[in-house]
Amino acid sequence: MAEPVDGRFGDFGGRFVPETLVPACEELEAAFRSAWADEDFRGELDQLLADYAGRPSPLTECHRLSEELGLRLLLKREDLNHTGSHKINNVLGQALLAVRMGKTRLVAETGAGQHGVATATAAALLGLECVVYMGEVDIQRQALNVFRMQLLGAEVRSAVSGSRTLKDAINEAMRDWVATVESSHYCLGSVMGPHPYPWMVRELHRVIGDEAREQCQELLGRDPDVVTACVGGGSNAIGIFSGFVDGDAALVGVEPAGGAAIGRGVPGVVHGSKSFLMQDEHGQVLEAESISAGLDYPGIGPEHSHLAAIGRARYESVTDDEVVAAFELLSRTEGIIPALEPAHALAWVSRARQELAGQSVLLNLSGRGDKDVDQMMDRLGER
Amino acid sequence: MSADFGPLEAALRARRSAGGKALVPYLTGGLGDWQGALAAAADAGADAVEVGIPFSDPVMDGPVIQEANDQALAAGITPLAVMDALGRLDIGIPVGVMTYYNIAFRFGLERFASVLAERGVAAAILPDLPLEEAGPWTEAADAAGVETVLLAAPTASDERLGRICARTRGFVYGVGLLGVTGVREELAASAVVMAGRLKQMTDVPVLVGVGVGTPQQAEEVCQVADGAVVGSAVVRRMLDDEGPAAVGDLVGQFRRALD
Repeated sequence: MAEPVDGRFGDFGGRFVPETLVPACEELEAAFRSAWADEDFRGELDQLLADYAGRPSPLTECHRLSEELGLRLLLKREDLNHTGSHKINNVLGQALLAVRMGKTRLVAETGAGQHGVATATAAALLGLECVVYMGEVDIQRQALNVFRMQLLGAEVRSAVSGSRTLKDAINEAMRDWVATVESSHYCLGSVMGPHPYPWMVRELHRVIGDEAREQCQELLGRDPDVVTACVGGGSNAIGIFSGFVDGDAALVGVEPAGGAAIGRGVPGVVHGSKSFLMQDEHGQVLEAESISAGLDYPGIGPEHSHLAAIGRARYESVTDDEVVAAFELLSRTEGIIPALEPAHALAWVSRARQELAGQSVLLNLSGRGDKDVDQMMDRLGER
Repeated sequence: MSADFGPLEAALRARRSAGGKALVPYLTGGLGDWQGALAAAADAGADAVEVGIPFSDPVMDGPVIQEANDQALAAGITPLAVMDALGRLDIGIPVGVMTYYNIAFRFGLERFASVLAERGVAAAILPDLPLEEAGPWTEAADAAGVETVLLAAPTASDERLGRICARTRGFVYGVGLLGVTGVREELAASAVVMAGRLKQMTDVPVLVGVGVGTPQQAEEVCQVADGAVVGSAVVRRMLDDEGPAAVGDLVGQFRRALD
């Protein structure tokens, strides 16, 4: 995948931020460019990813489920990373960068809490102050992750405006950054926001795709036929896609039906970049609604919009009911309880099984389901 | 008045030439009796007014203006309804709109600019549209004769401030502090510094806003600046449902402090 030109992926991306933040974005871009070209920085990050986060993550072939679905399903096991999801790849990189830039405080937003937990973890590891904004609604449905962040020494602040979910937590984090930009680094959790974030966060997650491609070569002797991942902002999907985008594998992003930026949106500008966005006819951003707090986002990273526009990737959407069925299916057939987010990708694979018959399908299992067990107990326990 | 300037810049320059300081209150369109409040602000001595077109995700705004946006949206206001109402309003001073870029983008940039012009709106401020991204909008706005006011922040280098001053129309909006809109206990030292840096490099009127919440703070920043933009303090009165008279009263207090 190429570096964006002038901060843009085709027609998408850019840097639509309050003037106060423009110099900070420029400084961040320069700092990341220099760090990413610096062998010492790369070595330090690789070491943390190996010794602390547990990389490389394994590739698991699902024998029983493959047989049931009539295809060959491979899981990239980001659920086995420290803190339970792919999010750690990005935050370790950004936290090291923050230290390199002389910042002493991390600000982050979180939806399901996974990025918040990962950021709080990196902050604890590197001795940084950490404030995480989380929508009031999400605080209630992800109480366990709130407590985790607090255990790790982070302060969790409730976002009480608007829909009180991820998009509002991002607004609050940006407002914080506008006020604290001299000492704080905004540790954004997805491939969205103003340039350089969509590019930087992709680079920090491309380790997923690079590892997976090598692992597929070893197992299959070639690329898989299909690579799929769930998409909210789209960081885990970009991470795995980036390993395969120059090949022939079909790339399929799976959005929740209630938060389908590409499925239901039109181009718009929010949170710093131009991308597909769920909005009303007047340009007011709509509230996403799905079973998974981590995908409750009305927008999508600009590079996904670009990949969709040029036809290199396609985007499907699945319903909450399909997701719950997939959540149970993987648990029962493979002994892996997935997070609700990657269960979206599996829900699509399950629905599209006839189209995919006989093909090899690589699915990014971006997180584990521990955080969702309470919620599923409420939903499934009544049966 | 020089024909080189739009109505907003002409009015602010005239105030400065007369030895005075400019006062520009901000109100949220669609909130309560906002049209009555605009008239009251004009009567109380405002040089121009900024009218917010509500947006769902106002990242540059603090709690007061967020709440105003939410209430106005819940009451069903639309961008076109705000602009139409401004077209019917005759308060004798220039009016600008302040909104976020997606509102203009979704409306269509050329259409947004031409509707503003047709409704007699002099200027637009888009706080999430920095210089580097402003090209498509300023092209449309220039063609329609709408003045685009750019913000200048304390974090910018002198070189950057110079480019902002060269491209802004109407006035240059100095951001008084690192932070979002809202009333603070005291005027930040950065407000006066910002005004001084801008005054050194441009002849365009320099107004400071964000964190200018009391008549005394406005007076303080106008020791250096050509004027002040006052938002949250005014909107607070509207949220408290005190009506146009209370807004007029507050604007009058600012006016007297600046005179």
